[in-house]
Amino acid sequence: MSGPALRLALEIDGDGAHPAAWRRAAHSPDHLLTARRTAGVAAAAENAGFTLVTLEDGALPPGGASDVVGRIGAVERAAFLAATTSVVGIAPVVPVTYAEPFHVSSQLASLDHISSGRAGWVVGDETAPEAARAWGRPPVEGAQARAREAADGVDVGRALWDSWEDDAVIRSVATSRYLDRERLHYVDFTGGSYSVKGPAIVPRPPQGQLVVIGRPGAVPADRLDVALVGGPDLASVTAAAAAVRAQVPRVFAEVEVALDTADAPAEDRVADLARHAPWADAGRLRYTGSATGLSALLGELAGVVDGVRLHPLVLDEELPVLSRLVIPALVERRLAVRPLAAATLRTHLGLERPANRYATAVPSARQLGEIR
Amino acid sequence: MTRTDPLDVPRPDARVHFGVFFQGVNHWTVWSDPASGSQIDPANFRKVAQTAERGLFDAFFLGEGLRLREVDGRIHELDVAGRPDAVTQLAALAAVTDRIGLVSTSNTTFNEPADLARRLSGLDLLSAGRAGWNVVTTDNAWTGANFRRGGYLDHADRYRRAEEFLTVARALWDGWADGAVSGAADAPNWAAPDAVRRVRHQGPQFDVDLAPTLPRSPQGHPVIFQAGDSGEGRDFAARNADVIFSAHGNDFDDALAFAEDVRRRLRAAGRPEDDLRILPGTEIIIGATEEEALEKKHWIRLQQVTPATALGVAGLLWGLDLSDRDADGPLPKEDPVVTENDGSFGARRVADPRAVVAEWREKAEANGWSLRETVIRLGPQRGHVGTPAGLADRFAHWVRHGAVDGFNVTPYLIPDGLDDIVNLLVPALQERGVYPAGYAGTTLREHLGLREPLTRRAG
Ligand SMILES: Cc1cc2nc3c(=O)[nH]c(=O)nc-3n(C[C@H](O)[C@H](O)[C@H](O)COP(=O)(O)O)c2cc1C
Repeated sequence: MSGPALRLALEIDGDGAHPAAWRRAAHSPDHLLTARRTAGVAAAAENAGFTLVTLEDGALPPGGASDVVGRIGAVERAAFLAATTSVVGIAPVVPVTYAEPFHVSSQLASLDHISSGRAGWVVGDETAPEAARAWGRPPVEGAQARAREAADGVDVGRALWDSWEDDAVIRSVATSRYLDRERLHYVDFTGGSYSVKGPAIVPRPPQGQLVVIGRPGAVPADRLDVALVGGPDLASVTAAAAAVRAQVPRVFAEVEVALDTADAPAEDRVADLARHAPWADAGRLRYTGSATGLSALLGELAGVVDGVRLHPLVLDEELPVLSRLVIPALVERRLAVRPLAAATLRTHLGLERPANRYATAVPSARQLGEIR
Repeated sequence: MTRTDPLDVPRPDARVHFGVFFQGVNHWTVWSDPASGSQIDPANFRKVAQTAERGLFDAFFLGEGLRLREVDGRIHELDVAGRPDAVTQLAALAAVTDRIGLVSTSNTTFNEPADLARRLSGLDLLSAGRAGWNVVTTDNAWTGANFRRGGYLDHADRYRRAEEFLTVARALWDGWADGAVSGAADAPNWAAPDAVRRVRHQGPQFDVDLAPTLPRSPQGHPVIFQAGDSGEGRDFAARNADVIFSAHGNDFDDALAFAEDVRRRLRAAGRPEDDLRILPGTEIIIGATEEEALEKKHWIRLQQVTPATALGVAGLLWGLDLSDRDADGPLPKEDPVVTENDGSFGARRVADPRAVVAEWREKAEANGWSLRETVIRLGPQRGHVGTPAGLADRFAHWVRHGAVDGFNVTPYLIPDGLDDIVNLLVPALQERGVYPAGYAGTTLREHLGLREPLTRRAG
């Protein structure tokens, strides 16, 4: 069976999904945390035809002692990339387990302005107790408590994005009013552990609401626009997708990929890195093999999910293969689509621009008459 | 030496440093003119930053305000409002500029040090050493209603928290040794294990335990600005800052007195007098002749001080709601009401309203001024007005006498309000030898002629 075409997302943090990926990167390790490297990967992903790039993050070092332990904040990288790309969607991982939701909301709204409506938010989850020590806050313990913090954080973010109506800036020269206060709204949020007054300091984002992405379970599914589902095989991915389908508009499958390259078969490349560190099982579908095989697998997923997020073994090695062999084959067979220029991420995902929850009715005929 | 000898000044080699302050909430950015563009469109931020860079400005600067202003419990409608998060916006500008410094105003009261320090050093890395941090404490508790902690810190505690905040941030920034990351893929570790130092801090304000995730940038760590005018604020700057963003930039004597006070505090803190730059915020209005400049100034003031804004400024002075009065009519007959608290969030009343009102009445009557005209002429004064040559002479005088090190310019128009300054004033300053012909280096620290970060100096 073949469903609607897939949207393709790519996780571009670090040098790849494998903890030792840096050993096979095309640059020297000390160039990882530079502007040039950051921009280069996103440009390659945009040119390849990805609809979305995501940027992993958290307060703690990303890897163990011998792995990559440095990482620039995902929001900062995303904003930088918004200025160096023009089509691809950009979604930083931002956890709200300990962060200030007001700041998070402002940062993400700003990212949407900076990218002209190409921003998403992967709602992160600080699971390690050490993250609490970084923030100087008491740990939020247990998956349920963290999911509640995530729900509160998303609710605050979404309320603040609506706290300015689209047309709140009126520039009324006759009355000297820059804003119309009737179009600005206190959110008056009260959650499990804090309250937020509002309104936002950032005008409503171009998309109205950013595309909110997350793992159901870590974030209550009804808060999401896009659910990321895992599962070790096609059957479990299909089941996981079916389980959330009713609550979430779009479902993306998580797929780890190791591909045959001109230099070495995928198996050998995985084995090479395994000498340094294991590629831990994250409960995701994992594909190891040829570009043709991956295209076939993604073709099968096209009937099951709306998109896939790829986690390449080594960005510098998988990305050229994805770009030259996998994506063109899928696009040619109409199993995947490339994003269009000058469209928002919501448009790319076939999602509506949401109406503002606070917006009052359109002016009556009588009011319009007054203007004439 | 004769009085006219150009070397007969305290600082013959001084130069003018410029920053540009893209203002957030304010009524000085003219929004009513057809040439006035969006305050949120990224293209306008880019245009202002790139114009400033063409003019060899040291820095592009953003302020911060974390709650919309209110007057008498209602959201204030008259001013420009709605702005991006500063670090986020600056990270985007890092991609479309090469040299100009990128300075974020970020408060220490409603942030946590590990988070903010990491965001700022991310900006510093992405810009290859061009980040700055304007440390503010925010002077109102009502902002706290948007944050987990609520509004809770009094004035003295805010600076105590700021000082400890900076200590933690610096420890995180200094946590990685230079060259910590390997240059070769076959190294045993990505970063030498002993080159990354865990930061354990326990103090009255913060309890943090963390391995920092970022190497040092080419400038060591972000340049520290400070803005806050109290004695505590100035002492904080004398101990910690590389630059003071002051409000003393309109009057030479006032600017010099401020600078001398700051130098005294620097000496007391054991730092060299030339260790800190003083950049007051200012508006610069340029005309081909003095007359044209003054005419332009009056036109700009009329756009800035609209009838409603004039009534708002006067209302604050009188302590009365004057919003239904006629701004183009006479001054209110009532005496000002003196209260402890004006009920406003984000606006301040003057110390002795009765005396000010008396002076306003006298001058308005003598000159036949309306209320609005009086607010324009006697209300908060700002900026410098003149010809390129006249302003260049004046600024050369100011820096050579040590009153300021330059200015953080607030354009009255977005996005083109910097064009005259870059096209006309900068060349006039260059002719006088008080402005460079090119960037001295690639980092903000180099542009400002600063030494190493305070925590990285020998001895
Ligand atoms: C020129 C100048 C600019 C300032 N800009 C900001 C700002 O953008 N955001 C902010 O919260 N506070 C700003 N402040 C306020 C200070 O950070 C400080 O909180 C306030 O002045 C109270 O401290 P003080 O009593 O030491 O002056 C500014 C102050 C000055 C003098």
